Amino acid sequence: MSALLEIRDVSKTFGGVQAVTRLSLDVEPGAILSVIGPNGAGKTTLLNMISGFYHPDGGRIALEGEDITRVSPSHVARRGVARTFQNIALFKGMTVLDNLMLGRHVRMRSGVLASFVYWRLAQKEEVAHRKRVEDIIDFLRITHLRRVPTGALPYGLQKRVELGRALSLDPKILLLDEPMGGCNHEEKEDMARFILDVNEEWGATVILIEHDMGVVMDISDRVVVLDMGQKIAEGTPDEVRGDSDVIKAYLGESKAPGNGGVRG
Amino acid sequence: MIHRECGVLKTTYEADMALYPLPIARWAVGGFAVLFFLVLPFSVHEYYLSIVNLVSISIVGALGLNILVGYTGQISIGHGAFMSVGAYTAANFAVRLGLPWPVNLLLGGLMAALVGAVVGVPSLRIKGLYLAIATLAGQLIIEWTINHVTFISGGVQASIQVPRPELFGVPIASQRQMYFLLLAFVVVALVGTMNLVRSRIGRAFIAIRDHDIAAEIIGINIFRYKLLAFAISSFYAGVTGVLYTYYLGIANYEQFQIVTSIDYLAMIIIGGLGSVLGSIFGAIFVTLLPILIRYAMEGFGGLVFSQGAVLNIIPNLRLILFGGLIIFFLVVEPEGLNRLWRNIRNYFRLWPFAY
Ligand SMILES: Nc1ncnc2c1ncn2[C@@H]1O[C@H](COP(=O)(O)OP(=O)(O)O)[C@@H](O)[C@H]1O
Ligand SMILES: [Mg+2]
Repeated sequence: MSALLEIRDVSKTFGGVQAVTRLSLDVEPGAILSVIGPNGAGKTTLLNMISGFYHPDGGRIALEGEDITRVSPSHVARRGVARTFQNIALFKGMTVLDNLMLGRHVRMRSGVLASFVYWRLAQKEEVAHRKRVEDIIDFLRITHLRRVPTGALPYGLQKRVELGRALSLDPKILLLDEPMGGCNHEEKEDMARFILDVNEEWGATVILIEHDMGVVMDISDRVVVLDMGQKIAEGTPDEVRGDSDVIKAYLGESKAPGNGGVRG
Repeated sequence: MIHRECGVLKTTYEADMALYPLPIARWAVGGFAVLFFLVLPFSVHEYYLSIVNLVSISIVGALGLNILVGYTGQISIGHGAFMSVGAYTAANFAVRLGLPWPVNLLLGGLMAALVGAVVGVPSLRIKGLYLAIATLAGQLIIEWTINHVTFISGGVQASIQVPRPELFGVPIASQRQMYFLLLAFVVVALVGTMNLVRSRIGRAFIAIRDHDIAAEIIGINIFRYKLLAFAISSFYAGVTGVLYTYYLGIANYEQFQIVTSIDYLAMIIIGGLGSVLGSIFGAIFVTLLPILIRYAMEGFGGLVFSQGAVLNIIPNLRLILFGGLIIFFLVVEPEGLNRLWRNIRNYFRLWPFAY
C-alpha cells in the first residue's frame, strides 16, 4: 500500500478541548475523499493539520513518504497541496487574475533581480503562467470577471475563484473546506461538476469537507465520518450510508445521511 | 480616442500586461522624458536644479520605503538610519580604498540591505506599533553606533568627505551634471519598482499585506518575504544615503536622524501608500514644502511676527504641517495625493461621457 497521504494517530487539543483524537487515515492517489460530521467534529482541524497551520500534539502525517507533520504551510504548499477555506480567504482587493497568478507563486521562479528588470526573463515567465491561469479561468467560466476585484464578487463566485486560486498551484492534493457552504442549488451543482472534472481530467486527489449529503454520496469514492474528534466510520458512500454508528451520530442533529440536507 | 480604454484591443498577453497599455500613457511618458531630459535641465537655474536634485534623491528613498510599508504592510522608522549605513559604507570605501563611486554605491546599498534585514527580523513575530518601536530602536542603535565608533564615522565631526564622482573621466561638479546622474537613478528605481510590484515578488509582498494566512497557504514563506521586503527597501535607502552623500560631498549622520525617517514616512503617507506615483508626489511635496514655507515666512512672516520669532517659527511650522498632513491623510484619505490624481484621471477617462 502506498498511500499519497498517510495520517497516523494524530491528535489535537485546544486548551482541554479534544478537537481530533488519534485519527488515522490513508488517502489513495486519484481519490475523492469526503470528510463529514456534525459541527465541531474536527473536520477543519484535520485540514489545518494536513496543511501545516496546526501541528498535531501526537501522531504523524506523511505526504508521498515525506514526513510533513511539523513543517510550515508554505512548505506543504510547495509539495503540491492546495486548499480553500470554510470562510473564504481571498485577496479581496486584488482582481481575479492577480489572485490566480498568486496561486501560481510556488510554480514560478523569478527572483528579485529578474522581477526588477522584468524584461525577458520575468516577462516570459509571467506570460507563460498567465496562459495557465487563463485556462483555469476558462474552465471555471469566469472569463468576464478577470479584472474584477474579488471582494466585489457575490459569495458563490468568491468560492469559485478561491477554487481557481487553489487549482493554479497545479495541486496533487486539493483540500476543500465546505466549498458549497452558503451556495444555492445551481452553484452547488457547478461546484460538484468542477470538482469531478478536476479529479478526472487533471488527476488531482481531493479531500472534501461537505455537509450536503446528496453531493457527498454522489461524487465521493470514499467517505470518512468524524464525530467529536474521532473517526466513527469509513468506507464507500454505500457502506457509510448503512452504518448504524453514523445514523446514531446524526440522529440528534437531524435525520439519517443519504436523505440529503444534513446541516450541522 | 487615444486616451480611452475601449477601442484599444489587446491581442497578446505581453501587450495586455504592458506597463502602459494605453497610447495616451505612452505619450505622456514620452512627454515627460522630453521635459526632464531636454527642457528642464537647460532652462532652469543651477540653484533650482539643486532643489530638483533633492527631490530626485527623495524619490528613490520614498519608492524603497513604499515597497516595505505600502506594498508589504510592514512599518519602519529606521530608514533614516539605513540611509546612514549606506552613506558611511560608501564614504569609507571611497576614502580608505579609493574605490570608484558605482562600486561604493552598490556596497552601500548592500550593507544597508543587510542591516535592514536584521532590523526586520522582529517582523515575524510583531506587527504595527510594536514593529514601529522595534525599528525605532534599530534607528537609535545605528545612530549611536555610527556616532561612537570612530572607525565608521571618521572622527570628531562624525563626517567623512568624499571625492567628486566621475563619469567617463569627467568629474561631476555642477548641479546640472548631478541632475543627469540622479535622473538616471530615478528612472531605474522607478521602472524597477513598477516591475517588481507587478511580478512574482511584488505580488507576494502585496499578498502578505492583504491576507497573511492566505499568503502562506499558497506557498509564500512569510518570514523570508518580510525579510526580503526589508532588505530591498533598505537597499533603496542605502542607495539614497550614498546619493545624498555624493550630492553633499560629505557623509554626515545629522542628515539621517529620526526626523529623516519621519520625513520619508510622511512622503509615502501623503503621496499614497502602495503607489509608485504616490511616492513621487510625496517626495516632491515633502521636499518642497519646507522650502516654500521658508520663502513665505522670510517674505511675509515679518509682517506678523518679529524677525527673531520668524526664525523660530520656520522649523516648527514645518513639523506642525507635516504632522497635521500625516494625520489628515491617514484618517481622511489613506490613498494620499495619488487618489486625488486618480479621481482627476478617471474623470477624463470616460470624458465626455461622465456616467
Ligand atoms: N484555533 C482553535 N482554538 C480553540 N479551539 C479550536 C480551534 N480550532 C478548533 N477548535 C475547536 O476544535 C473543535 C473542532 O473544530 P473544527 O475542526 O473547526 O470542527 P468542524 O470543522 O468539524 O466544524 C471545536 O470544538 C472547536 O471549537
Ligand atoms: Mg469546519
